[in-house]
Amino acid sequence: MVADSLSFIFLDALLMNNFVLAMFLGICPFLGVSSQIKTALPMGLATAFVMLISSLCAYGLNTLLTLLDLPFLRLISYIVVIASAVQLVEMFLKKTSPTLFRALGIYLPLITTNCAILGLALFQTARDYDFLQSLAYSLGAGLGFTLALLLMAGLRERLALVKVPDIGQGAAVSLILAGILSMGFMGFAGLGGQ
Amino acid sequence: MTSNDDLITTDTFLTGVWRENPVFVTLLGMCPVLAVSNSVLNALAMGVATTFVLICSGGLISLLRNLIPRAVRIACFITIIATFVTLVDYLIQAISLALYNALGAFIQLIVVNCIILGRAEAYASRHTPLNSMVNAAGVGMGFTLALLCLGAVRELLGNGSLLGMPVLGTAFQPWVIMLLPPGGFFVLGGWLLLFNWRKKLSGRNIVLVEGHHHGG
Repeated sequence: MVADSLSFIFLDALLMNNFVLAMFLGICPFLGVSSQIKTALPMGLATAFVMLISSLCAYGLNTLLTLLDLPFLRLISYIVVIASAVQLVEMFLKKTSPTLFRALGIYLPLITTNCAILGLALFQTARDYDFLQSLAYSLGAGLGFTLALLLMAGLRERLALVKVPDIGQGAAVSLILAGILSMGFMGFAGLGGQ
Repeated sequence: MTSNDDLITTDTFLTGVWRENPVFVTLLGMCPVLAVSNSVLNALAMGVATTFVLICSGGLISLLRNLIPRAVRIACFITIIATFVTLVDYLIQAISLALYNALGAFIQLIVVNCIILGRAEAYASRHTPLNSMVNAAGVGMGFTLALLCLGAVRELLGNGSLLGMPVLGTAFQPWVIMLLPPGGFFVLGGWLLLFNWRKKLSGRNIVLVEGHHHGG
C-alpha cells in the first residue's frame, strides 16, 4: 500500500496506530466508560462523530490561519471548535435520547478534554493531510476508538464475573488488561509492511 | 465565589504531592503519563512543562476569578490554559529541538490534560492567586513524581539505563516491551497494585481506587 493512499491512512488510524492502544490518546474515557458494552458503544460513536466534525473544521481553520500567517493561534482556535462541536452533540443527544444522555453523564461534556480529538487535529496538521485524507484519518481514528472501547468493555463484563484479588480491584487490573490488549494490537504493525 | 480562610499551610502544597496525587490516587491525566514515560528525561521534561502551565494558569485564573461569568467559565479557563501551553510549546522548541521532537504532540496536548482544568475549576476559581499557585505547584510536583516513577522503571528495564547512563551492564538483556505501548500500561498497573498492597498492609481503611471515580 502507498503510504498516503486513503485506505492506508484509514487502516493506520484504525489498527496499526490505534489512538487508544498504541498512541495513548483518550485513556480517561477508555477506562471510565468501558465497564459495560451498553454505554461504551454510544460513547464511542459520539466521540467518533465529534472527531469527524472537528477534524473537518480543523482542516478549514488551518487553511485560513496559514493564509493569514497566524500559526500561533492554531491551538487556541482548535480547542474552541472542539468545545462547540461537543456542545452540539450534547444538545442533540439531550433532545433525542434523554436516557442515553443521563447514562453517559459527566463523560459527555468531558469529550472536550479527550486528547484523542485534539490529537487528531494536531496530527493531521503536522502530516499536511488534504481534505479527503483528513476525512479518512478522522473516520479511522473514530472507529478505532470505538473498537478499543468495545473490546475493553467486553473484557470487563467478563472480568466482573471472576474473583480478582483485593489489591487488584478497579483500575489496577483494568490497566493490566489494557496492556495485554495493546500487545495484541502490536501485531497489526506488520500490516504497514515496514 | 467567596474565598474562606486563605491561609497557606504546608498542607496546601503537600495534598497534591501525596494524599491526592493526580496520577496514582485520582487517576487523572494518564495519557501523557503513559505516552512520554519511556525515558527519565522525557518524563522530567513533561512534568516540568505541565507544572509551569499549572502554576501560571492557576495564578491567572485566580486573579480573574471574580471577572469571569460562571456560564462561560470553562471556555475562559481553557483559553487561558491554551495560551500558556502555546508559550511552553515555543519555549521548548527554542531550548532543545531534540526534546521537542521526542515529546511530539504531547506538549500541545497539555491543553486537554484534565489535571489542569480540574485544578482551575476546583481550586483556582475559589482561592487567592498565591494560594492557588502553591497548590498548583504541589499538584505539579505530584504529577512529575508519578511520571518519574514510571519513567525510571521503564527506562531501567527497557534499556538498562537511567537518564541515558548504562546502569545494568552489558549482560542485561533489555525488555523491549517496556519501551513499547503495552509497557506503559503494565508499569502503571504495577505501581497501582503496589500502592494498594501497601495500603492493605498498613491496615488503614482500604479505599480501593475505583475506575469510575475519576474524570475524563
